[in-house]
Amino acid sequence: MTLASEAMFAPASEDEAVDIVRAAAARAQKLAIVGGGTRAGLGRPCSHGAALTTTRLDGVVFYEPAEMVIALRSGTPVAAAEALLAQRGQMFPFEPMDHRPLYATSGEPTIGGVVAGNVSGPRRISVGAARDSLIGIRLVNGRGEAIKNGGRVMKNVTGLDLVKLICGAHGTLGLVTEAIFKVLPRPEREATVVIRRLDDQGAIAAMAAALGSAYNVSGAAHVTPGMGREFGRTFFRVEGFAASVEHRVGGLIKLLAPFGAKHALAEEESRRLWRAIRDAEFLAEPRERAIWRVSLKPSAGAEFVKKLGPIAQAHFYDWGGGLVWLASETSSAAAETIRSALAAFGGHATLVRAPDGLRASVDVFEPLSPALAKLTAGIKASFDPDGIFNFGRMYPGI
Amino acid sequence: MSHIAFPTPDPSILARRDAIIAGLSTLLPKEALIVAEEERRAFETDALTAYRKLPLAVALPSSVEEIAAVLKFCRNAGVNAVPRGAGTSLSGGAIPQEDAIVIGLSKMNRILEINLADRYARVQAGVTNLAISDAVAADGFFYAPDPSSQLACTIGGNIGMNSGGAHCLKYGVTTNNLLGLKVVLLDGETIELGGPYFDSGGLDLMGLMTGSEGQLGIVAEAIVRLIPAAEGARPVLFGFDSAEEAGACVAAIIGAGIVPVAMEYMDKPAIQICEAFAHAGYPLDVEAMLIIEVEGSPQEIDAELAKIQAIAKAHGVKVVRESMSAMEAAQIWKGRKSAFGATGRVADYICMDGTVPTSRLPEALKRTGEIVASYGLRVANVFHAGDGNMHPLVLYNVNDPNEQAKAEAAGADILKMCVDLGGCLTGEHGVGVEKRDLMSHQFTPADLAQQMRVRAVFDPDWRLNPAKVFPLAGRIAA
Repeated sequence: MTLASEAMFAPASEDEAVDIVRAAAARAQKLAIVGGGTRAGLGRPCSHGAALTTTRLDGVVFYEPAEMVIALRSGTPVAAAEALLAQRGQMFPFEPMDHRPLYATSGEPTIGGVVAGNVSGPRRISVGAARDSLIGIRLVNGRGEAIKNGGRVMKNVTGLDLVKLICGAHGTLGLVTEAIFKVLPRPEREATVVIRRLDDQGAIAAMAAALGSAYNVSGAAHVTPGMGREFGRTFFRVEGFAASVEHRVGGLIKLLAPFGAKHALAEEESRRLWRAIRDAEFLAEPRERAIWRVSLKPSAGAEFVKKLGPIAQAHFYDWGGGLVWLASETSSAAAETIRSALAAFGGHATLVRAPDGLRASVDVFEPLSPALAKLTAGIKASFDPDGIFNFGRMYPGI
Repeated sequence: MSHIAFPTPDPSILARRDAIIAGLSTLLPKEALIVAEEERRAFETDALTAYRKLPLAVALPSSVEEIAAVLKFCRNAGVNAVPRGAGTSLSGGAIPQEDAIVIGLSKMNRILEINLADRYARVQAGVTNLAISDAVAADGFFYAPDPSSQLACTIGGNIGMNSGGAHCLKYGVTTNNLLGLKVVLLDGETIELGGPYFDSGGLDLMGLMTGSEGQLGIVAEAIVRLIPAAEGARPVLFGFDSAEEAGACVAAIIGAGIVPVAMEYMDKPAIQICEAFAHAGYPLDVEAMLIIEVEGSPQEIDAELAKIQAIAKAHGVKVVRESMSAMEAAQIWKGRKSAFGATGRVADYICMDGTVPTSRLPEALKRTGEIVASYGLRVANVFHAGDGNMHPLVLYNVNDPNEQAKAEAAGADILKMCVDLGGCLTGEHGVGVEKRDLMSHQFTPADLAQQMRVRAVFDPDWRLNPAKVFPLAGRIAA
């Protein structure tokens, strides 16, 4: 493969990726990794150097349903992978969010994007995030070396767990060429218990009761008035075999009767609802608003929002209150208020959607202490000493 | 790999022993610094008892500040440090070396906070695994990872090794059950990773720290997830005439969309050893046995077990024994969890920990038997079938140095076979010193170099638990 003056590199194999990275390193050329482009707004703006696209790194390496494991090249569309899993009655447990509604992007989200962003959804509270299902990885680092970490077995503590480090690193440590996930059976049934008209505090109390119960709640969210209905709604999802779902819905309705639980949504309606929650569809419009994703102690969620006052233009809760999705005006002042309000409770705020200018001038991720910043810089240099990959995507200089 | 090499003790450290102890004594109360030889003996090994190294001294800090002071001292004085929880490592992860200070976390054994509304506990690193579950059991919660040593092992050690257990098929291993860590770095700096909430932004240093075998820093405190206990649970025994049938049954259960909370496998020698010890009612006339546990309400359990039993019947199951009471269930698990202890009454053994893809289990068992027989030794197999994490117990006589060497060689061959079948050297016990020299069988030089460069970010001079994980030759510093 020649490098010459191409503006975009599209390796079709790990070997080609190695050649491209080595040549780029030799020329001190930076590379911006591109997948489906549907989440390009995630992280700090990063347009340094040539694009390195995973389009041709596509396809299934292997899929072993009886072992609940699938290996995919990073450019594989998430939809294709999910369709393949569905054919064998399986799924990615972590329910990866689709960012297209929020960013108004088109194209196909890729596996590489899921890995880069540790992209997860409502089921995170019961079965973990993408990082918990990701068991193996192949990566080309900034030195142009193809390395592997983890593997295809779900019990593996051999050596340092670089898989975790790479998942959620937003491509700053290298180009992921292949990802191996453990998967789970798709539940035979799902149902969602609904409570109407709770205020935020009441909803969080109800969600704590449900999540502390034995009913294996796999989603607990609260949407505020104006999101689909004129009143607030609190949702509790259970999944599994038909008999289990029936039993647990009954148990939950009884447990949550003091909060006003009476009925449950069935299959398709339930699925549509959790997709909307997963993708933060309620906050997609109006487009000019900045969108934040705040992870904090569930019991602090409502108090945090209250403290923000009018800064919070709209919000809803996932993860039992531990994930606050928030819309604010697009300004550094709003960013400052949100970060300082959160400091009182502890937690992490990520600016998920904002114009490039704002994302370049304020912290997109929770700012690092000096000690953590030093470690982060050291780790970046250990993978990518010349700062080739996605330079500045997470923090200035990283 | 017979007889694992330890690095030659650094004479310049040994020569400074008095000065080092004098320095440490200014940082710790008298009773927290162990210098007398007979008292240091208690720390010379862990559960890999064939290897013993007397440490230079033992520090038992009781606060984050004391850990920080000792680590900083080690760095500045150029002394090695070996962190230690309860010393239950099967891979020699806590075995010290003559030129190192052991930093034992046993005094840091307090549960600092329990928050049931937010479902977490904040604990010091020296708290035992089981103590966490015990503290919240009355409220209907538990801490999920359950290594067999859970009565003794500490959460700090679990984090160091990313420990698993019988129930991680459903609930995951240590790394899936942590929310936050307070870690002391070698320079005495304390960092907080995560917190009582999910998925902090930034690089996942908590994930990196978990399973790093005490080489990146010392975990002082942890915030762990608390999980609500299921309404009930019921283990059932399934006996088969062959390993192949049992293995195919496991694959078919998963293929049918059922993920039981645990699927444990025992072969005939293991069944006999455990039954003699625990009187759990294990069938003695079968070649292979599965303990399958399902959870939920009584009706849910009945429904799920009916599906599993139908699959087992289709795979030629010979004996099905359902536990009829909580006591019977406890007996069934007692037999399994005491497998290592019970085996120890029969013979000395080394416990291997390789993982293979579950579809390769029957083949792996067959080859394990062949490998061990080729060294003239015996083996008992007891392991987590749902995730392919094997635990062949290679039996030998510790008083016969020849047999120990053979057992280690057989173990090494088994682990290499696991890697060759698509698995790995260690599923939950860690590399420690035991599997260190096999790392290059699983990893390329570039794979290992990347790991070592990350390690060097935290410990450029290889002071923290330096004899472990990475082969002694070819190490990469800063």
